Amino acid sequence: MKNLIALIPLLPFIGFLINGLFRKSLPKGVAGFIGSGTVLASFVISLTIFLQGTYSATPLQYFTFISAGSLQIPFAFQVDQLTTLFLLIITGVGFLIHVYSTAYMHEERQDHFARYFAYLNLFVFSMLLLVMGANFVIMFIGWEGVGLCSYLLIGYWFENVDYTKAAKKAFVMNRIGDLGFLLAVFWIIAKLGTVSYNEVFTAANLAKLTATDITGITLLLFLGATGKSAQIPLYTWLPDAMAGPTPVSALIHAATMVTAGIYMIARSNALFSMAATTNTIIAIIGAATALLAATIALRQNDIKKVLAYSTVSQLGYMFLALGTGAYVAAVFHVMTHAFFKALLFLGSGSVIHAVSGQQDIRYMGGLRKALPVTYLTFFIGCLAIAGIPPLSGFFSKDAILLNAFVYDKFLYAIGLITAGLTAFYMFRLLFITFNGSFRGTEEQRHHLHESPIAMTLPLIVLAILSVVGGFVGVPELFVQGGEKLTAFLSPVIKPADGLHVEHSTEWILIALTTGIAVAAILIAFFRYRTYKEEQPSAIGRLFENKWYVDELYNSAIVKPLNALGAFANTFIERSGIDALVNGVGKLVNYGGRQMRWLQSGQIGSYVLLMVVSMVVFFVLQFFLRK
Amino acid sequence: MPINYYIFLSLALFTIGIIGVLTRRNVIIVFMCIELMLNAVNLLLVAFSKMHHLAAGAANSTAGIEGQLFVFFIMVVAAAEVSVGLAIIVMLYRNTRSVDINFLNRLKH
Repeated sequence: MKNLIALIPLLPFIGFLINGLFRKSLPKGVAGFIGSGTVLASFVISLTIFLQGTYSATPLQYFTFISAGSLQIPFAFQVDQLTTLFLLIITGVGFLIHVYSTAYMHEERQDHFARYFAYLNLFVFSMLLLVMGANFVIMFIGWEGVGLCSYLLIGYWFENVDYTKAAKKAFVMNRIGDLGFLLAVFWIIAKLGTVSYNEVFTAANLAKLTATDITGITLLLFLGATGKSAQIPLYTWLPDAMAGPTPVSALIHAATMVTAGIYMIARSNALFSMAATTNTIIAIIGAATALLAATIALRQNDIKKVLAYSTVSQLGYMFLALGTGAYVAAVFHVMTHAFFKALLFLGSGSVIHAVSGQQDIRYMGGLRKALPVTYLTFFIGCLAIAGIPPLSGFFSKDAILLNAFVYDKFLYAIGLITAGLTAFYMFRLLFITFNGSFRGTEEQRHHLHESPIAMTLPLIVLAILSVVGGFVGVPELFVQGGEKLTAFLSPVIKPADGLHVEHSTEWILIALTTGIAVAAILIAFFRYRTYKEEQPSAIGRLFENKWYVDELYNSAIVKPLNALGAFANTFIERSGIDALVNGVGKLVNYGGRQMRWLQSGQIGSYVLLMVVSMVVFFVLQFFLRK
Repeated sequence: MPINYYIFLSLALFTIGIIGVLTRRNVIIVFMCIELMLNAVNLLLVAFSKMHHLAAGAANSTAGIEGQLFVFFIMVVAAAEVSVGLAIIVMLYRNTRSVDINFLNRLKH
């Protein structure tokens, strides 16, 4: 079993090595087969573990990774219920996206094609390390690995300068968060001398930490999560990350990598449940991010940008859940979100594929007839994310909102508004893209076609999952013996016992959420059934320009830093260090020129100099001896 | 004989040598002056060696012998130097028809 578990991350890594090393000679079919096949194999192993139920709370140690004094960091995996759930999401959704990519990327050059799959496999490997690691250090390896792969894949079309800039932005923003994570790990090591989960989270060890320690560690960990999971204030990289190929956006920037922060906090729930201050901050930031991103998504015209802001908004939801202590609800939403957001992204990829690379929804429209499968699956995805019962999004969102309601009424109100906005902007996207008449060029109209089976099949599978995925977490309200997910995760996440809500209240909340979603969909329908240019209002312009956050960061951080760099360049580098180094050279040069007359070539003068200096030495010695 | 005589004699010889090297331009004369300086030193070494030997008395029969040894070394080296130096001077004369020492500074160019 232990070796089988080691194979889960190892297989994608082997795939990465093969695709990466032999990318020049591998035909596209083989590269795609290796890329998808290794992930499928990992999925099968994960499924085996899930079906057999062979979880281990104790880590499986492979070798000692770091040994420094009393600090022992083993290279160990811990495959418990939480990890298994993530394994299934990563490898399952990952496999579908790999298959989709074989068709989506088929126009790429052969070696670029293999490079793409190499990166994708490396990403899956890193992500698996992240969720399988039995201590914070292994998690950190994966944490950095996924950041690297995200950078590589955003900048996959590296000939485009804007894309490489987007990649750089994502990397730098992630680094800021990573620093927080790293400091938190150092703090844990300094206080407890261990990083293994099952040692850190024991009651005896947690009792050793003072309130300051817990608040500090959790806040730093949360800073790491804001970077990776795109929360205020580090969320601006995610919309720019849409520069990468669409399947990458689906896999990394929607389904898996960005949920790493949620996984990390859910994994450390023992720590976070003791930090009330941090939880409040997490809940507020989550709610604020959810609302802010949702408002921005209202007025975006790039199909992928809408989905990107929607992702940020949904991640905000998950953090709201984490902050309110509803770890299971957050993980539940990670799962359902992985299904429907991957579906929506892949659907948008199918649309972009059909209209020859166009991403602006103003030049689409009427695609319903040309792309029936894409339309239907996209429609299901929109229903799921809008929270229409009984699709998956409804259950997870309901669980989050219920917890928020119990935690704080104001945060609940924000969540509710965001739910309405989500339904509105998703259906705005749907109607503008698929309804009305086609607004692109004649050439594009001629080219319109449904995508190949390798692309539609993942869409269909994900659509089915988006419909039924929510049933694992049906609340007790509907079914006797519901909350299967809570029971499943109970060994890792202790079920909260304080949540007592009247059934009538629950019914009212559900009716409210659903009512708002339906109303938002109807408004979107009447407004965008037939698309027409509209003059944006003042607030609309604010949304369209993303609240000017990018501009704010630019003038508040990037420009001063650039100015500082320019200052360092001119004053420290040029006139300081350069002047010093050049000065030494010039001095030697000048001295050499002045000494040149000594080397006259006249033997007489040499001898004279010798004699004179000897006499001088004698005289000096004579006087100095006294 | 007191040691002073030897010292003054070798000092005089050495000074003559230096002045010769500094003032004369004929290579052969310069060469001879160098020999003169070497021999002034030899004379001084022998004189001091003798002085030490006498001062040590019968108790130490080998006292001051190093000075005399040095003299032999210097003579051997001087002989070798003379043979090489004279060969250079011969070649110099064959090529330039001159033994003027300042003529050699053209190596600089």
